Amino acid sequence: MSAATARRRGVLALPWIWLGLFVAAPFVIVLAISLSSAGYGSPPIDFFIGWQNGHPTFNINLDSFELLASDQLYIRGFLNSIAIAGLTTLLCLLVGYPMAYVMARAPARLQPLLVMLVILPFWTSSLIRVYAWIGILKENGLLNGLLLHLGLISQPLVILNTPIAVQIGMVYAYLPFLVLPLYATLQKLDWTLLEAAADLGAKPWSAFFRVTLPLSWPGTLAGALLVFVPASGEYLIPELLGSSTLPMISTVLWTEFFGNRDWPMASLIAVMLLLVLAIPLLFLRGGQATAGRV
Amino acid sequence: MRVSRGAKIAGGTVLGLGYAFLFAPILSVIVYSFNESRLVTVWSGFSTKWYGELAHDDRVLNALRLSLGIAAFAASGAVIIGTMAAYALARFGKFRGKALFSGLVAAPLVLPEVTTGLSMLLLFVLMERLIGWPQGRGAITIAIAHVTFAVAYATVIIRSRIASLDPALEEAAADLGARPFAAFVAVVLPLIAPALAAAWLLSFSLSLDDFVITAFVTGPGATTLPLLIFSSVKLGVNPEINALGTLIVGVASMVALTATLLQRKSG
Amino acid sequence: MAPLIRLEGLTKRFGETVAADDVTLDILEGELFGLLGASGSGKTTLLRLLGGFETPTAGRVLIDGVDVTALPPYERPTNMVFQSYALFPHMTVAANIAFGLKQARMPKPEADARVEEVMELVKLTELGKRKPSELSGGQRQRVALARALVLRPKVLLLDEPLSALDKKLREHTQFELMRLQRELGITFVIVTHDQDEAMAMCSRIAVMDMGKVIETGTPRAIYERPQCRFVADFIGGANIIDAEPVGPSRVRLPALGVECAVTDSLPAKGWVALRPERISLSHDAPAGGPWPAGQVEAVAFHGDFQLYRVRMDGGVELRVAASNVPGDPKPGERAFLSWPADAPVALSR
Repeated sequence: MSAATARRRGVLALPWIWLGLFVAAPFVIVLAISLSSAGYGSPPIDFFIGWQNGHPTFNINLDSFELLASDQLYIRGFLNSIAIAGLTTLLCLLVGYPMAYVMARAPARLQPLLVMLVILPFWTSSLIRVYAWIGILKENGLLNGLLLHLGLISQPLVILNTPIAVQIGMVYAYLPFLVLPLYATLQKLDWTLLEAAADLGAKPWSAFFRVTLPLSWPGTLAGALLVFVPASGEYLIPELLGSSTLPMISTVLWTEFFGNRDWPMASLIAVMLLLVLAIPLLFLRGGQATAGRV
Repeated sequence: MRVSRGAKIAGGTVLGLGYAFLFAPILSVIVYSFNESRLVTVWSGFSTKWYGELAHDDRVLNALRLSLGIAAFAASGAVIIGTMAAYALARFGKFRGKALFSGLVAAPLVLPEVTTGLSMLLLFVLMERLIGWPQGRGAITIAIAHVTFAVAYATVIIRSRIASLDPALEEAAADLGARPFAAFVAVVLPLIAPALAAAWLLSFSLSLDDFVITAFVTGPGATTLPLLIFSSVKLGVNPEINALGTLIVGVASMVALTATLLQRKSG
Repeated sequence: MAPLIRLEGLTKRFGETVAADDVTLDILEGELFGLLGASGSGKTTLLRLLGGFETPTAGRVLIDGVDVTALPPYERPTNMVFQSYALFPHMTVAANIAFGLKQARMPKPEADARVEEVMELVKLTELGKRKPSELSGGQRQRVALARALVLRPKVLLLDEPLSALDKKLREHTQFELMRLQRELGITFVIVTHDQDEAMAMCSRIAVMDMGKVIETGTPRAIYERPQCRFVADFIGGANIIDAEPVGPSRVRLPALGVECAVTDSLPAKGWVALRPERISLSHDAPAGGPWPAGQVEAVAFHGDFQLYRVRMDGGVELRVAASNVPGDPKPGERAFLSWPADAPVALSR
């Protein structure tokens, strides 16, 4: 039925072209640039493929690769990002799971309101919210003001521009990303299973660990990934709340690109970010999908 | 199942603390937007002067205009492309390159913003070199980049709605004489309309708020609101920002309310 | 008379699964034709191939002499009543029914008149302004019917029309559908898994299994003279007993140790189908024997009859449906089984 095929091609045409041009092509280009050398022109790149006398010439430059592997800055940057993202995920789980659980067990008529209250901050400007934390955490900020006023401390605490501030900001920003999918999973749970467990002699905590937790695992995993992956690539929060002593990899990329005008290096970092984070994620999602979840 | 009073109190406390954590910074912004003094810790009286200054700040107004324009364009583009992609993914079964297509659609959701931003900038630079367009970076490149990442979100929302529609509805329309496009317009479109609206609002919101990707693909003269706020913040706490923030919170709340109601209506 | 519908060598594969396997079938004009089978038998696939919702892997579909195989649903003279009814939730009942007329660009006054007419036909007047969500299941079905009938199709396809209705409504709807078909003279093709339904409603039935049409015939013919064990068992759950020919119209049943008469002859070793409701039970040996005997294992009360499971002396279990059996045999008791001479049906496959 070629009329049907023609129709399908018509529907797919625009998306394919757009995605091919603006998602696939950029990826290939980033890869290509990472193999190129930094130059002096505008843009500051000597492409790794050139054209001279009618045939292509190759000038693959692996300096960036060498530098990446050897210079502590990059390795530390990656490790920092992963560590902070990991800690963020953990803290979000500790704070977010109880929240999602209570929301899922709340009376049905309250639930939409509770969900809306979690979504609301997400819709307001993320920049403004990070900015708000500056006002709260700085030396003459709200938090210190409150603590000094209550007499709990005698000297203002230095929180801003430290890893702690970054951590607080990250947990704050990513909490909804964990609570919402987890809530969605918990809400679909068959609560009569807990009644069955109780009937069979399980005390509340035991029932939680042996019934609720395992059943909510897919949602927990989904939420954790939804936090971990974007968090490792986060730029704004470490930039505004952190310091240059503990750079995250996105900040490193930013500096390489805007500060050092080393586009190939920045591209290489982007590629590594992709490989280290996104690809395992896609595999996991694919695995989850075949397992019948999500 | 019976829930003990103790459990209820514990639950309430957990939620209370959680919401307090989520809303405290927002509240502080709102409260201090009305603070007469520049300093955060000193309350010197209620005043709306910062709103006044905001209303006369041309840089803010220009940035706002630009951001709103780009956001509207991005949201509309994302919904159009997203609907096509969503329909294909939900209804076409297997097609050649489906896995790749699916991956490309989802890519912006998975990639760190710095990667997306950098790669799109490199694309624009290369395109300028090869075919002369886009000429320099600015509003156009920002708009294109925003459409691209918004499509990912829009497709998810719309696809889920299409998938929940009984496929027999479209078959019935065909059976009753409607050609495929007519069937889409008469049957599918009205039923997914709430999801389209929710996707539009979400894309609008994401575009308005985007900083990192915009920073990479922007050019001289194209200062969006987030870019303006960022450079302002880097220079120090600015009370005008509190006023701006409060306004954004107000508008965003209304948008969020609308979008949530719409999504619920569309099932 | 040339058939209105002819399916020729129709095959449909979904990957590895063969949903329809080389089906050739004729349906005559004015029939109320039933496709009967268990789920997965291919009956719905065949219906969908007829309606144009699937393209066959091989074979042709001809309607009124025209090869419609390549035609999409909106170009075929068929209309379908979907199992889920597929009513457009955002349109009123009247708008739903008028949908096809609107697609055909019929002028409004004419369309309105037709809608009125068909709504009266299915007894839906007064409900025109309601939305599907405000209707009961039975009402929704009538809307789906009306929506299809208003277009005056040559063939009306119905996918499990009674399965979603409760028992009482089912009976009523059965008669309604038969009445409609008679009055309008349209050819109906019905898909169902319920044999009682198929036999009550249809003028002819095709019994399907694993994508193939096993047997076609009138309900009576299929019930009284099944051609194979599958059909004998599927329709009415006959007892299937091994049999050897011992003469014209006479067989020996080794498992029961008796001989008996059969309708038709059995050419070689085969089977005999004996319907539970044609077997009689008695405590004493009936006349005209020898008759086989066995032990009653279970009795189930079914209201208008009792269902007995009897373990015969030869080891085989037979089912007997009888009412008011003298002596009221109970589990554990012995009983004799007997049947009239025209009850056993010879089956060679």
